[in-house]
Amino acid sequence: MTHNFQKDIAGCGLTGLIDKKGKGVDGSHIKTSLSLMTDRGNGLGAGYAAYGIYPEFEDYYAFHVMYDFESSRMEVEEILKANYDIEKKEEIPTAKVESIVINPLLMRYFVKPKAEKIRPGSNEKDFVVQFVMKVNSEIEGAYVFSSGKNMGAFKGVGNPQEIGDFFKIEEYTGYIWTGHTRFPTNTPGWWGGAHPFTLLDWSIVHNGEISSYGINKRYLEMYGYKLTLLTDTEVVAYLFDLLVRRHGLDIKTACTVLAAPFWKDIDRLDDDEREAYTTLRSTYASALLNGPFSLLFGHSKGLVGINDRIKLRPLVAATKGDMTYMASEESAIREICPDPERVWAPRAGDPVIVEREG
Amino acid sequence: MYNIDAKGMHFKELNEQVRAAVKDGEDEITLQNVNGQYYIGVGIREKPTITIEGVPGNDLAAFMDGPTLRVKSNAQDNIANTMNSGKVIIEGHAGDVLGYGMRGGKLHIKGNVGYRVGIHMKGYKKQIPTIVAGGTAGDFFGEYMAGGVLILLGLEGTDVKTNPIAGDYLGTGMHGGKIFVRGEIDPTRIGAEVGILDLDENDHKLLKKCLEDFCADFDLSVDDIMKEPFKKLEPITDRPYGNLYAY
Amino acid sequence: MFKSHVLPEYLATIDTDKCIRCKRCIHNCGWGVYSWSGERVLIDTQKCVKCLRCYHYCPVEAIEIEDSKTRYKDNSSWTYKNIRNIKKQAETGGMPLSGMGCDLPLPILFDNMLLDACQVTNPSIDPLREPMELRTYLGKKPDKLEVERTKDGKLKLKEGFKMTPQIKLDAPFMFSPMSFGSISLNAQKVLAMAAKECGIVMNTGEGSLHEDLLPYTDHVMVQVASGRFGVNPDYLNAGVACEIKIGQGAKPGIGGHLPGEKIPLQVAKTRMIPVGSDALSPAPQHDIYSIEDLRQLIYALKEATEYKKPISVKIATVHNVAAIASGIVRAGADIVYLDGFRGGTGAAPNVIRDHMGIPIEHAIAAVDERLRQEGIRNEASVVAAGGIRSAGDAAKAIALGADAVAIGTAALMTMGCTVCGKCYTGNCSWGITTQRPELTARLDPEIFGERLANLIRSWKHELMEVLGALGVNSIESLRGSRERIRGIGLDTETLDMLGIKAAGT
Repeated sequence: MTHNFQKDIAGCGLTGLIDKKGKGVDGSHIKTSLSLMTDRGNGLGAGYAAYGIYPEFEDYYAFHVMYDFESSRMEVEEILKANYDIEKKEEIPTAKVESIVINPLLMRYFVKPKAEKIRPGSNEKDFVVQFVMKVNSEIEGAYVFSSGKNMGAFKGVGNPQEIGDFFKIEEYTGYIWTGHTRFPTNTPGWWGGAHPFTLLDWSIVHNGEISSYGINKRYLEMYGYKLTLLTDTEVVAYLFDLLVRRHGLDIKTACTVLAAPFWKDIDRLDDDEREAYTTLRSTYASALLNGPFSLLFGHSKGLVGINDRIKLRPLVAATKGDMTYMASEESAIREICPDPERVWAPRAGDPVIVEREG
Repeated sequence: MYNIDAKGMHFKELNEQVRAAVKDGEDEITLQNVNGQYYIGVGIREKPTITIEGVPGNDLAAFMDGPTLRVKSNAQDNIANTMNSGKVIIEGHAGDVLGYGMRGGKLHIKGNVGYRVGIHMKGYKKQIPTIVAGGTAGDFFGEYMAGGVLILLGLEGTDVKTNPIAGDYLGTGMHGGKIFVRGEIDPTRIGAEVGILDLDENDHKLLKKCLEDFCADFDLSVDDIMKEPFKKLEPITDRPYGNLYAY
Repeated sequence: MFKSHVLPEYLATIDTDKCIRCKRCIHNCGWGVYSWSGERVLIDTQKCVKCLRCYHYCPVEAIEIEDSKTRYKDNSSWTYKNIRNIKKQAETGGMPLSGMGCDLPLPILFDNMLLDACQVTNPSIDPLREPMELRTYLGKKPDKLEVERTKDGKLKLKEGFKMTPQIKLDAPFMFSPMSFGSISLNAQKVLAMAAKECGIVMNTGEGSLHEDLLPYTDHVMVQVASGRFGVNPDYLNAGVACEIKIGQGAKPGIGGHLPGEKIPLQVAKTRMIPVGSDALSPAPQHDIYSIEDLRQLIYALKEATEYKKPISVKIATVHNVAAIASGIVRAGADIVYLDGFRGGTGAAPNVIRDHMGIPIEHAIAAVDERLRQEGIRNEASVVAAGGIRSAGDAAKAIALGADAVAIGTAALMTMGCTVCGKCYTGNCSWGITTQRPELTARLDPEIFGERLANLIRSWKHELMEVLGALGVNSIESLRGSRERIRGIGLDTETLDMLGIKAAGT
């Protein structure tokens, strides 16, 4: 029975940056950029994702887990111990922030799956995904909010400044950063509900409500994804995982699936291309994201920005040197990069794809 | 003469190869080591002769429209399903539901046939589907028959009590066409719609013509076969279910 | 011979003051209700079926058709219909027949479902000035695609990959199978012309394809039923797809019988059977007694069409429909056509029509969910039919999980049908379910083709309005999106079965 759920509805602002040479910048930049858009949120959720922050553990999956109860921690750690070699386990460092009175227990684990636990025909990443799905859907009070290598998400209930300060994100250095401020309309104030949403090294920050959520969710469920968070953003993360990692589509083609061209435009293409687009769109019809969205999609090799096919949500991009910036508002970029070489608004459904060199 | 070794081949591949050979103009094709491949002869509009060595799978000659197939052994179920034209010759026995909805062409089986043979056969204008079986038939022979000719010969000998030439419900639901049976028919085992009649002169001509073709395929003597008396089954009521509904 | 005790259903009356003795009623009535006395119109009201043809063609509005005033005494258990049927059965020994779908007041769940709309948190979309897409492809879709990029970056399907054949519909509508024989050739032409005009598909039913429909074959699906009427390789390859008819919603588990007197020359020619011979199509396809036999027939059709046509399998929605549909998909069908128990028919015994099967709403929900659970929803498209009365029903059917809906009764209404339910008599005064030439000549395919096209245009607009209100601009974002439906007045079990939430939650 998966139809009885209360879908989460939220508005928001987002920002992101990538250094395509792979040199890192510290977290203060993204916090500054995001904080400019504090008014796009309502103080009930903010978060950040960063890539390249754990170079000393780059071969290990970095699980960030939040716990409401001590018993849930014990339950998760038992599963972890049975299935993974744990290189390091610690509380995620936090700072005292006056406005944040209550927070869940926040732990991180640097782990490798035990080879003998992976079923023949499966693979390490599927194994990790199944673990995340199991914890998030079955263990009450436990939630894995980050599960990639050499990357991590930091999020909670608060505004961008507060959450950035709380997680001391200026102390991390990463080559990709995304940030998100949230305007939930019905959240129970749950830390897990903030963005980014991640799975393996995919991370998504997202603005807008996806009106096709109902069918996107049911489509993903057919492939074993358990949609536990009831937000459309989770759908996007899993769709990328399905399309890119499991079905092997390149990122540009995956973006074509999510924001498909209109039939009238497909009909105008030459025969081969028309056949390809028609087949792609009809095959992946249930993966079409419909309704207003702009989103930033981070992964270890790059950053992608895309909005919906009739541009119901804003997205601005800019470049300077090796840096590319994308955000809901140009001012959020100018706040940390006052003189970009190029600033543009991507067209509806047309992805901005930046890949890390080398 | 073109050979295809069908050993271990899936039906799709085999039929693709056959169709390709036909398109290349081959008109005599032999399929060797056939065993269970479905749909042989399907989707061919030309008129090649295809010899099948081994037991072909179900739906042999389904929807077939032109070719002549000769099976050198027994064959299975659903032969000549909705066949339109062409000919199928089976040198052994054949299974159930042969010639279902058959609308033209000929199906000659040297041996016995199973249940529900020749059901829903339909004749139209010059299209007279014809099935001749040299042996005996199971129940429901000629059910719903609407046209064409069915002939049962019982060449290996039959007995109305212990080894009847046709099973129960012979011609049930029959509303067109003719069934010719060589030997005695148990009147308690025929459909409500049909009557057992003697052949008239036209029937004799038709029967002889059909049997000449059949005998040529298996090297049999028409005269010997026609020494035994035949009976004819035909629908005798127009609307057996006229009182079934209250309007 | 006793006078029948079966009460007349209707009372046809003519206001003699208004009547101008034009005799149009006599001419128009296919039932013989009216005759001419030499001075005035005589009325045999026992024959009246309330099809209202006379009413519409009376130039002075002198005719009124009322329900007969004399009824059996009120009784909630022994209803008028019960008593009337018993008297009829006692007098004839026959099974009471009906045309059209079940008319009993059973729950219609479409009427207990409401659609969502956008307010504030996500925007509705203007369907008139912004893009709004209804195009639908029916057929098996691959689980995943492999693509390549050309040197200049163009998207290209991987070398050697060939998409399975699809039916392209400009909107997720189709016309239900209705054979030439059960309906007139002119009625089929109306369907074909409207299908072509609207970029959708009509279905020949089991009575084969009349040559007059050849110009429309890009919009025709051909059907193969147990009678195999006119089925030959030309026919199988003529349309955009082939359908195997297993069952019909109005009469699951039973077949059809077109009596010889309804087989005039054109019907006979099309079905390729002699004039005046009965056309029997009993329920089972005698080459299908089991699911593996269905697979055998599906692939026989694929072989006969060289894998160029999608194969649809039409079933009546019965109790175990989800498992049956799963089997059909696994047997290789490209389309599963579900015909709900309220679906129409030319003739069905009441005992079957009114007491068998399940509604289409339940069937869509069960089938779509089962195919998803089994991970094979992409293997076949689902078409829903049998009780689709409006674009609202269509939207709800699609949101429950159907790829497209098919309409039969609604299409016939555009030709004049008033659901009088007497199709089986062959006297249809509107020229639809009859082969009497003087009656069929009334149905002008051009005029009524345009009316039917109008209905589809109107439904397209309505569906676009619905999508716009839901904030999506493509039909695929509604398809299976049960999150956009809420139930009202439904119990928990039904809500769970439909996979929808209750209104207010």
